Amino acid sequence: MTQMTFARAINSGLRKSLENDPKVILMGEDIGTLGGVFRVTDGLQKDFGTHRVVDTPLAESAIMGTAVGLAYRGYRPVVEIQFDGFIYPAFDQIVSQVAKLHYRTQGAVKMPITIRVPFGGGIGSPEHHSESPEAYFTHTSGLRVVSVSNPQDAYTVIQQAILSDDPVLYFEPKRRYHDKGEVDEGIDPGAALPMDSARVVTAGTDVTLVAYGPLVKTAKDAATAAADEGISIEVIDLRSLAPVDYATVEASVRKTGRLVVTHEAGQSGGLGAEVAASITERCFYHLEAAPVRITGFDIPYPYSKLEMHHLPGLDRILDGVDRALGRPNSLSGLEG
Amino acid sequence: MSTDRNLIQLITPAGERISHPEFDPWVKDIGDEQLCSLYEDLTVIRRIDVEATALQRQGELGLWPPLLGQEAAQVGSGRALREDDFVFSSYRENGVAYCRGVDLTDITRVWRGTASSGWDPYTVNMATPQIIIGAQTLHATGYAMGIQNDGADSVAVTYFGDGATSEGDVNEAMVFAASFQAPVVFFCSNNHWAISEPVRLQSHIQIADRATGFGIPSLRVDGNDVLAVMAATRVALDRARHGGGPTFIEAVTYRMGPHTTADDPTRYRDANELEDWAAKDPIQRVKALLERKGLLTDQVRQHVHDKAEAVARDIRSGCIGMPDPEPMDIFKHVYSGPNSWLDRQQDHYARYLDSFGDPAGATSEEGAR
Ligand SMILES: Cc1ncc(C[n+]2csc(CCOP(=O)(O)OP(=O)(O)O)c2C)c(N)n1
Repeated sequence: MTQMTFARAINSGLRKSLENDPKVILMGEDIGTLGGVFRVTDGLQKDFGTHRVVDTPLAESAIMGTAVGLAYRGYRPVVEIQFDGFIYPAFDQIVSQVAKLHYRTQGAVKMPITIRVPFGGGIGSPEHHSESPEAYFTHTSGLRVVSVSNPQDAYTVIQQAILSDDPVLYFEPKRRYHDKGEVDEGIDPGAALPMDSARVVTAGTDVTLVAYGPLVKTAKDAATAAADEGISIEVIDLRSLAPVDYATVEASVRKTGRLVVTHEAGQSGGLGAEVAASITERCFYHLEAAPVRITGFDIPYPYSKLEMHHLPGLDRILDGVDRALGRPNSLSGLEG
Repeated sequence: MSTDRNLIQLITPAGERISHPEFDPWVKDIGDEQLCSLYEDLTVIRRIDVEATALQRQGELGLWPPLLGQEAAQVGSGRALREDDFVFSSYRENGVAYCRGVDLTDITRVWRGTASSGWDPYTVNMATPQIIIGAQTLHATGYAMGIQNDGADSVAVTYFGDGATSEGDVNEAMVFAASFQAPVVFFCSNNHWAISEPVRLQSHIQIADRATGFGIPSLRVDGNDVLAVMAATRVALDRARHGGGPTFIEAVTYRMGPHTTADDPTRYRDANELEDWAAKDPIQRVKALLERKGLLTDQVRQHVHDKAEAVARDIRSGCIGMPDPEPMDIFKHVYSGPNSWLDRQQDHYARYLDSFGDPAGATSEEGAR
């Protein structure tokens, strides 16, 4: 076991993948000499060369479109989108090509492309640097979408994503890049928990709290705070956003009877709506209360001085937990 | 292959005014007084940039994209524009904003994180800075198509970097501009770097030659020469005004500082390169020219110094004195009218904040409970 930061853990996972498979190729803006604007690819070009770790021109559609061509040719491209808000120029290639080629060719063509996206807010950045675009992609069939929440997962899941024959969007919570944790680099990604499985992070009995990516830490902190008040929260890290591992969530809700889902992305049409609806369908008779969503608002990501109002914090989550439990909360007395 | 085109130059790095039969006529109105005024602008803009960088280092701004070294490209072009021309720029053109008359405090608003945009584009005929690389070139082209439809003779001018020329948007903008012969000027500040990526990674040929492939005539100008930039911009504006369609200008300059205050250029850039470019400093050469002409009197020197210091003081006090936005401001202007989804969220959030004595506690990551 080694203590390392989140960013370092991804770097280490990428290194392993580059070592294990000569067909793995990294592409993106500033990922070479600079090692990426977050230094996630630091040192990789030096060790693997400019043909394996490629600084590309500034053209996201081209980065994604050429990755498609490389995949046709048997490569496993890992592309970096510098920030969440810059993925949109590549959107057409991702949803029309990357996502659909396997289906279009009846399985003849594989698209084992990993798309790394530093995402989410909380770092005081300007516009386009703090977005949570995951729902656009979870809505597109053919894509797998994951988001990691701790260094160990970061390390193993990046390798699983690269090994996957399906295209994977790998959302990295950039505000956690510097968080440290234990990482077992000896772990075999094939034997580890599969990337499409959710994980119970904190066991509990009163409420199921579903989170992913940057908010898993906040959810865990909320569970700790709630425990002081005698409330037992079961925190689930979804890990896979498409497909969602409903079996794990369902088992938890059958036990607790209450569901709170939290994410930074806006509420309407977001993943929380999907989880709430699916769980309602699957275990309606086990629910003691309507599922609660604690999310970002349906607004463009706000300027940095106010971003903490948009992002779900510990107290807003606990207020949602109170609502699910029928305890006094900020909406007490309101209908619906 | 491309021809290795020489730079249009009117002032040498040593400060010597050299003649250029084709471009001299375009700046023949720039007499001693105007030259001193350009020197003032260059100096003031550098002072603004230094002050803003300091403000960032002191935690007053979240981020700042320095324009150090690019003053002449911005002043030369910015001062060539007419009031009714319209600018679509990237995040680095604070010097152009100054030339357009943008209030100095407004320049810092976005970087302080108190607003999504610092000014109303229509008050200064300049769109607020674009962060998505190259997107503004399409906006300028569309605006130019509108000018054309209206039968007006103003011009849309768009600023972007060398890296931006790789983006689809910029290439598509050039297709539209050429097809419709839109009155738009593409002003590329080739500062040699796109964060860590050298210009040679973006283009195998000289940037100016890219445009010609789209059927857009181009000029390659010494971007550290304020007069040459002004002349080239005037040529392009004149062509656009008189129905001659788009022009592409490559201003060859250099980013002497980091990409932004979050960047560390020592990781990718050779110190010698910086030294070579320091010798071509855009302000030094105008200063040298003024000295040669005996125009840099103590009075001029003092005036320019005082002006720059006053502007720096203004920007500092304006920035620091800026009130923080109100929490509920985040819900403003998402739509032009009421929206039932958002109204509900807003109402709920107001109730939530009311349930706290201290709203600051309600938003910390650690929580108040
Ligand atoms: C679509 C998009 N991709 C990536 C970025 C991240 N980014 C910001 S500035 C920059 C480099 C831009 O270089 P250039 O166009 O040469 O302009 P300069 O900053 O040098 O003035 C990059 C990659 C972005 N803002 N937008």
